[in-house]
Amino acid sequence: MAWVNAIIQGVLTGGLYALFACGLSLMFGVMKVVNLAHGDLAVVAGYIAIGVITVTHIPTLWSFLIVVPVMAAIGYALQRTLIQASLDRGVLTTLIVTFGLSVVIENALLQFFTANSRGIGVGLPLVTESFSLGSQIQIAYLLVVIFAVAVLVLSGLQYFLSRSKYGRLIRAAADDQEAVQLSGADYRHVFGICAALAFGTVALGGIAYGMYSQLSPTTGTDTILLFAFAAVVIGGLGSLWGTLLGGVVLGVAQQIGAQVNISYELLAGYFVFLAVLVLRPQGLTYRRAQS
Amino acid sequence: MTTPVKRDGEVGGGTPLLEARDLTVNHGQLRAVDAISLRVYPGEVYAMIGANGAGKSTLLRTIAGLHQPAAGAVLLDGQDLTRVRPERRARQGIALVPEGRRLFGSLSVEENLKVGTAYARKGPWTIDRVYETFTWMKDRRNQRTAQLSGGEQQTVAIGRALVANPRVLLLDELSLGLAPVIVQRIYGMLPQILATGLTVLLVEQDVSQALKVASHIHCLLEGRTTLEGRPADVTAEQVEAAYFGLADAPAGPPAEGSESLWPG
Repeated sequence: MAWVNAIIQGVLTGGLYALFACGLSLMFGVMKVVNLAHGDLAVVAGYIAIGVITVTHIPTLWSFLIVVPVMAAIGYALQRTLIQASLDRGVLTTLIVTFGLSVVIENALLQFFTANSRGIGVGLPLVTESFSLGSQIQIAYLLVVIFAVAVLVLSGLQYFLSRSKYGRLIRAAADDQEAVQLSGADYRHVFGICAALAFGTVALGGIAYGMYSQLSPTTGTDTILLFAFAAVVIGGLGSLWGTLLGGVVLGVAQQIGAQVNISYELLAGYFVFLAVLVLRPQGLTYRRAQS
Repeated sequence: MTTPVKRDGEVGGGTPLLEARDLTVNHGQLRAVDAISLRVYPGEVYAMIGANGAGKSTLLRTIAGLHQPAAGAVLLDGQDLTRVRPERRARQGIALVPEGRRLFGSLSVEENLKVGTAYARKGPWTIDRVYETFTWMKDRRNQRTAQLSGGEQQTVAIGRALVANPRVLLLDELSLGLAPVIVQRIYGMLPQILATGLTVLLVEQDVSQALKVASHIHCLLEGRTTLEGRPADVTAEQVEAAYFGLADAPAGPPAEGSESLWPG
């Protein structure tokens, strides 16, 4: 029964990891940008949420209504300036620039908010309580909600990319920037929209993590970015639903590891990550063309 | 450089719809296009011919805005577009069907056409109209373009440009890599396309094909103009000399092989 519990908990945390990962995957799939500041942006979103809640006293759960648009706007602006400027100088430059951005964000957070970790206190039964399945399985409502949000976000993204005008332009620009210009679309604007989506989703990830656990200035690189990478690689690059699958596999591996010995939690996750890299480097959901 | 042929009695007449003035384009050290001028009048089929590396494609890409010229200007309907970005030029009515087709590989046929409509001008061309013109396309609209033959891909690329309702359609080497019978069929569609009020500037290595469809030809050699005029006003020998750079082509009986350059 304890094993079943571990698997259920793992699957549900996979939703959180998918929220971390889908933006990373999107930006790589479309712009070939590996955003090393991705995790830090989640932390920034979490801190903004804490600030917004303190100042405006809006219900904690609804803070995303402000934070997500703010982060999306930041994403668009960063893409149109810093990231596009580095893209123009070659894909490798983006790696260095986003790494630099990550260092800057982390140290700025340390400078202004100290190294103390803080959570986003919701104080609702939804977050603090859980329901029981049988005698040994306790499922936190919060994790179920986060998983549902992840599924909603991925469905929304999928729908947007496959059906909307801008979604089509994003996929077209990923294929051929020059040809998209010949149809009248400014690929830089299209990339900006794509970055806005990526930042918006990781903002949700940051808020969710702040509610589920604690955020500190270093959480972005030592937890969120690493889990996002692992989920993307396990699931398969450029596949949206793959990030959920990757997140679930990572979560289950961690929980099973923890079940064996609590200190094996992270190790087990990274072991699976490594195994996928060695045995199936294209990821679990690889297909020739993305949908 | 030869003196430009007098343009009286050309189709349309009046002000040129598309004009290039002394356009010079460099690829690094190489001068790909050297002070080329051209005037395309409404309703014309203007054909640029020339051998590989003559600078035809570079010229077309420069007109579409994908290269910045070192000197000279590009004008659409008298308006200077030289410093305008390619997507703005597309929205103002310059549509390039690029060499190698450049379809979006992860999109279906219909999605490729929909990208073409994203910033379309108002006009007669719609996706349905493209389906009516190229009848095979509708049944296969949900297929990915990689599953199409080269000729089919080329027509999708043309369709994608048409649905934007351009004023000038730039066609870059339609015949590249296609079987002659397919090339014939694609060029056979040109009258239908022109009937909707389009103007065409095309680049073609296949001279006989170009001479068949063009109302005006312009021959390039190593980035320079070597011949310009209406197909009816130039002789096979002149075209051959201009194409291969035989500066002092001997007058008299045409050389062996010139038949292949000359249509019928």
